[in-house]
Amino acid sequence: MGQLHATNISDYLEEQRGKETLRFITCGSVDDGKSSLIGRLLFESKCIFDDQLKALESDSKRYGTQGEKIDFALLVDGLEAEREQGITIDVAYRFFATDRRRYIVADTPGHEQYTRNMATGASTAQLAILLIDARKGILPQTRRHHRIVTMMGIRHIVLAVNKMDLVNYDAGVFQRIEADYTAFAGDAGLVSLQAIPLSAVYGDNVLRRSDKTPWYQGPTLFDHLDTVNVTDAAGRQAFRLPVQWVNRPHLNYRGFCGRIAEGSVRPGDAVRILPSGRTTTVGSIDFWQDQLPEAHAGASVTLTLADEVDVSRGDMIVAVDAPPEVADQFQVKLLWMAEEVLVPGRSYLLKLHTKEVTATVMEIRYREDVNTGAHLAGKVLNLNEIAVVTLTTSQPVVFEPYTTNRTLGGFILIDRLSFATVGAGMIEFALRRSSNIHWQALEVGKAQRALQKHQTPRCIWFTGLSGSGKSTVANLLEKRLHADGRHTYLLDGDNIRHGLNRDLGFTEEDRVENLRRVGEVAKLMVDAGLVVLVSFISPFRAERRMARELFAAGEFIEIHVSTPLAECEKRDVKGLYAKARRGELKNFTGIDSPYELPDAAELVIDTSSQSPEECALAVLRLVEGR
Amino acid sequence: MNHYQQLEAEGIEIIREAVAGARKPVMMYSIGKDSSVMLHLARKAFYPAPPPFPLLHVDTTWKFRDMYKHRERMVRESGMELLSHTNPEGLKAGVNPFTHGSSYHTDVMKTQGLRQALDQHGFDVVFGGARRDEEKSRAKERIFSFRSAGHRWDPKAQRPELWNLYNTRTRPDETIRVFPLSNWTELDIWQYLHVEKIPIVPLYFAAQRPVVKRGGLWIMVDDERMPLQPGEQPEMRLVRFRTLGCYPLTAAIESPATTMEEIIAETFNTVSSEREGRLIDSDQPGSMEKKKQEGYF
Repeated sequence: MGQLHATNISDYLEEQRGKETLRFITCGSVDDGKSSLIGRLLFESKCIFDDQLKALESDSKRYGTQGEKIDFALLVDGLEAEREQGITIDVAYRFFATDRRRYIVADTPGHEQYTRNMATGASTAQLAILLIDARKGILPQTRRHHRIVTMMGIRHIVLAVNKMDLVNYDAGVFQRIEADYTAFAGDAGLVSLQAIPLSAVYGDNVLRRSDKTPWYQGPTLFDHLDTVNVTDAAGRQAFRLPVQWVNRPHLNYRGFCGRIAEGSVRPGDAVRILPSGRTTTVGSIDFWQDQLPEAHAGASVTLTLADEVDVSRGDMIVAVDAPPEVADQFQVKLLWMAEEVLVPGRSYLLKLHTKEVTATVMEIRYREDVNTGAHLAGKVLNLNEIAVVTLTTSQPVVFEPYTTNRTLGGFILIDRLSFATVGAGMIEFALRRSSNIHWQALEVGKAQRALQKHQTPRCIWFTGLSGSGKSTVANLLEKRLHADGRHTYLLDGDNIRHGLNRDLGFTEEDRVENLRRVGEVAKLMVDAGLVVLVSFISPFRAERRMARELFAAGEFIEIHVSTPLAECEKRDVKGLYAKARRGELKNFTGIDSPYELPDAAELVIDTSSQSPEECALAVLRLVEGR
Repeated sequence: MNHYQQLEAEGIEIIREAVAGARKPVMMYSIGKDSSVMLHLARKAFYPAPPPFPLLHVDTTWKFRDMYKHRERMVRESGMELLSHTNPEGLKAGVNPFTHGSSYHTDVMKTQGLRQALDQHGFDVVFGGARRDEEKSRAKERIFSFRSAGHRWDPKAQRPELWNLYNTRTRPDETIRVFPLSNWTELDIWQYLHVEKIPIVPLYFAAQRPVVKRGGLWIMVDDERMPLQPGEQPEMRLVRFRTLGCYPLTAAIESPATTMEEIIAETFNTVSSEREGRLIDSDQPGSMEKKKQEGYF
């Protein structure tokens, strides 16, 4: 790039305006020379400033691995901790530009324990550079990197065969690696694949064509990045705007703000609001002090609508004649990103475009070996594992399959307690369309059944340690309710485990399933008009909350039987604590499995300080008082 | 869409998303060029309404006089509320960059001052104008950067950030710093300021200003509080600033660029990165990373 003068600034600005931005990810490990390659790209594109180069020279002497030479890797290994450990532990974004394009590089670590970092970097990239050490060829890690980037929807791959200097620039080595790669990558839906023989350390075939590889006729890395066509040829044109924000500065203005995810829009276009299905037309496209004649995918705009229809954040404004699907059950590919395992049946927050709902994984169809792609069985999902699962959402959501549109088919899962981002998912297809599911509209409903029994149906949920007195109090309460003419039923942990749940053990995932079933049974009974008493240890907050959410407000009453562990263990009615202490009983709550204290119980009772009769009476007063 | 429109659309999307998920958002306003772009994006995001949050300026009392003037002007134009906070203990103790050193001054007046202001108002989402191209440790910063109680930044405990999906949930005491300009470069900022005709502090343009040379850098004598060392005599030089902070800590560069066009040309042709003029970045090894862990922007 030459010198720029203030007089030709408008030409320059015009040129900058038209430049495309290409986002790509580099996959490989430190040993493959990944950081050196990125450092080389920044250096060759003149994106290293004098003072940075000075700092790099002093850093190279202190931490470098290249002797007296400048170690370009140090330019990109940002954080101190990493410099000391010599590894890259996160996703870093770098910027550089050539005369033709601007680039944003996602630089991520390549080891298996950083699968989530690579997926994060790949999620916004259009192209991936897979780095290969020419001495080692295709490794299991290459297959893993290929699998992750194609799963994340990348359709353009550069196979960068690095360290050619260490194999004497041997054409045979390069060709073998290229053939090995095409053999396993086969039909991965790639639009472009380019293998390039390189030396990042010496710069061969990075910017300048190397005279050491006369046998290679293809482009240099820069040539290829500058010219590869990454526009989506099959780009669909149907308009989709997920609503981010409703703008109401005064009574006469209602604007719906969002970034267009697909297609384009003009004033007067007929649109549909999903999921409600209402139709109207676009009044105006507002942007800052202007009204636009049209707007396209990628633009952040504000729409006004001709009619006063109800639209909120999370809804989608779409082309009237080509609406996307709406559903509440999906098959998805899921990457688990948390230390705490994914347990089917547990509920999480799900964020898809601007919509947030609760969601539950129903079943893990299979896990995928990230190195080989083999299908594996599994009841839980660990950190960095990938699986195909079925998932259900609390409300219908508007979506497109991920392969059609990344923005409308990619979602994250958020833990409901810590609010950490724990999973990333890609919708493959809907298992059923919500337009086809209607609860059979029955003429006799909960209200009618309850009326007939002259009572308010409820679920009274007792939680507490084994031996805390849950069942004793629940029994006394049921007797009293029965005597008062109430229609009741008592679901007791031990009894249910002999019948309905006899297939379940005591691992965490079985306990979750145990409670899910009990919650659903209690819900049916409440629907039948009964007062249901549930007596279960139910040690986990997440499952108690899941049970609570099955019921209408006020229907679910949580009673925490808080008798201290020492007292429960002293009683040890069934001799279970003694067994657990001897190690003969695994996963016993209070001993080697945790009991998470309720934070929102309607009532706390303690049978070590009050008699069971007094406790039952306290519960009765609470229930009748409502 | 052209390049600037893309960056703009992304910035607006980020700002709207953060506000939609926030209980009590606020925008850091440092009066510099990046803040000017960020404020402009916020106004566009919510127009015709004013942005639904106040501006916060952590005032060390050592900003250039021109910066205070510009601040009042932008508050008037945007119709937004401005909250200005100065660390009262620092003020009482007379903390200044000359007697206390840049590191201590920055910690007390900026980092601690910022934490006080955030705690006092209970803000949960805080917009900042940082860019990933500024400095090595910024390159790994998330767009939504999660801070645990006490405003600590733990680089190993950041939330994965996929696609353009941002997790805006926080528990009490936790906060999120949001950086809508993450993907902008210095050149992008200048070009956008030019294209959008956004007003900026005159100090960015070259003029004859009184300066002294210290440690190889030109420091401007902006008021009488600056103690001169023996033999030091302020001289008039044609200088401008690439970045603005506390005047004793921000070095000027010699430059003839008096127009936006000349600044863009100079920025394009330059061979020094912009943070070179910031004394606080190099006063200890890994210094930006350390400051961030303690709560600095």
